[in-house]
Amino acid sequence: MIFKTTRIFALLTFAALILVPSLIVVLGSFKTDAEVYNKPLSLPEHWNFDNYRRLLSESDLDISFRNSVFVTVASVVLTLMLASMASFAIARMVTISGKVLATLFAFGLAIPAQINLVPVYYIFRDLGLTNSFLGLIIINITTTLPISIFILTAFFREISKDMYEASEVDGASPLRIYRSIALPLSRPAMGATAIFLFVINWNDLLWPLLLIQESGKKTLPLAMLAYRGEYFVSFSMLFTAVMVASLPMVIMYLLMQRSFIAGLTAGAVKG
Amino acid sequence: MGSPALVLFLAFYLYPALQNLQFATRRWDGISEPENVGFRNFTNLLTNDDLFYKTLGNNIEFTFLVVIFQTALALLFAVYLVKNTKTTIALRTLYFFPTILSSVSVGMIWLFLYDPNFGALNLFFKSVGLPSFALNWLGSETSALYAIAFTQVWFHTGQMMVVYIAGLQQIPKELYEAAEVDGASRWKQFTKITWPMAMPTTLVVMAYTTVQSFRAFDLIMVMTNSTAGPNNATSIFSTLVFFTLFNELRLGYAAAQTIFMVLTLVLITWLQRRAFGKRYEK
Repeated sequence: MIFKTTRIFALLTFAALILVPSLIVVLGSFKTDAEVYNKPLSLPEHWNFDNYRRLLSESDLDISFRNSVFVTVASVVLTLMLASMASFAIARMVTISGKVLATLFAFGLAIPAQINLVPVYYIFRDLGLTNSFLGLIIINITTTLPISIFILTAFFREISKDMYEASEVDGASPLRIYRSIALPLSRPAMGATAIFLFVINWNDLLWPLLLIQESGKKTLPLAMLAYRGEYFVSFSMLFTAVMVASLPMVIMYLLMQRSFIAGLTAGAVKG
Repeated sequence: MGSPALVLFLAFYLYPALQNLQFATRRWDGISEPENVGFRNFTNLLTNDDLFYKTLGNNIEFTFLVVIFQTALALLFAVYLVKNTKTTIALRTLYFFPTILSSVSVGMIWLFLYDPNFGALNLFFKSVGLPSFALNWLGSETSALYAIAFTQVWFHTGQMMVVYIAGLQQIPKELYEAAEVDGASRWKQFTKITWPMAMPTTLVVMAYTTVQSFRAFDLIMVMTNSTAGPNNATSIFSTLVFFTLFNELRLGYAAAQTIFMVLTLVLITWLQRRAFGKRYEK
């Protein structure tokens, strides 16, 4: 009895803690500031898109949105390519090079890349990679390679040895085995890793903050941080910005909850 | 086939990491000629820098709070929601939801909730007749760090809960059935079966949460206005490094700080393994 009551109480409390703020944001993006402050949970008096129109005309969030899409998609695709090739090499090559690779990336897994803030800033400045999408994409790939390789190696190892050996007997090259056997069989793992990478790259603030100053090059989180500085007093506008930045993720989450949850915990479960 | 990944990793992770060690022995503003100062950055940090000690304390306190509460809550909700029914799956989806938001968005939402004048939290306390609970959450030195720790727990508990559920579902059902036959209470079942059997998961969750808490950088940048709060109350290592790098232009000093950041992270993770790993082996 006690168990049941506390269970229901705890579950409902946490559910409310998530639902209430979400509702405040969704409703608030359609309200005036006065409405937000006095009755945060009431329905808007007038349903209209004024805040959204104002956001588009007053800020560069639409440009940042495009920047974020480009940087995120490029980073995810390239990371998946490089990571799956490296994982295949690690899983298949029991030789020294495979072991060296595995050890190196394990090192990267244990020590988060943010320790490199200072030298990365310096190196990228000298290479002309600050204020550049290429710079961001490179750092996105580098920081997410270890975890991606970790997840994918585990899956490549699970593919039965016989499969590989049979194709080797048939004279297939490693590249051929990778393309025709390993990749198709690991589609679920690649999907999970892709979602994981997508969320990390889309939401990242640290590296853009380090490397991007030009307003036309800013990614969404960075532009939002700047926007917060300008509109600190107007929460209805901040909520509108939150809506615009989160909507793509929320829609994708609602459409494929299972893959999202699998992807975003794969990093933790396998790591 | 691993070489493209390897080249990138060597060039932009390992090489900078080694270079960081060299930077830490310099006095340098990033523009003029660097000056070699040996270990003076380290000795300065340790003997002559109150902000460094404050940051170290904040970071340890923050990580400790987040790891304890987030792990406990994640386990509690995992136990509550471990069975697959329509309700539990819907609740899991809801609890997991904050994880997909960006930390900047989460920071903005809680910036409003905590706002001393307009915020929903104080509005709530006043309306239920508890006006003394209506604080200046982020603006006061005593509460700012806790307020951000709470947000961090809100942000990631659902994610760790899912990790726990995966772990709990591996525990053989026969164990619980046998305990049921022996008349063991729910609490007994938890302490004798669930807790020890879930220990590998607990270690993973704690290690992951620790690293994650070191990345609370984004929340702090948004919620306490990038100056790390009233009287540096929310200064943690990553914000300190950023401040030293961009506001003070002391590259060498910032590099030395990142080395202490890594040492602290490694030490905390090692202590967790020692504290819990042993019991797990028994």
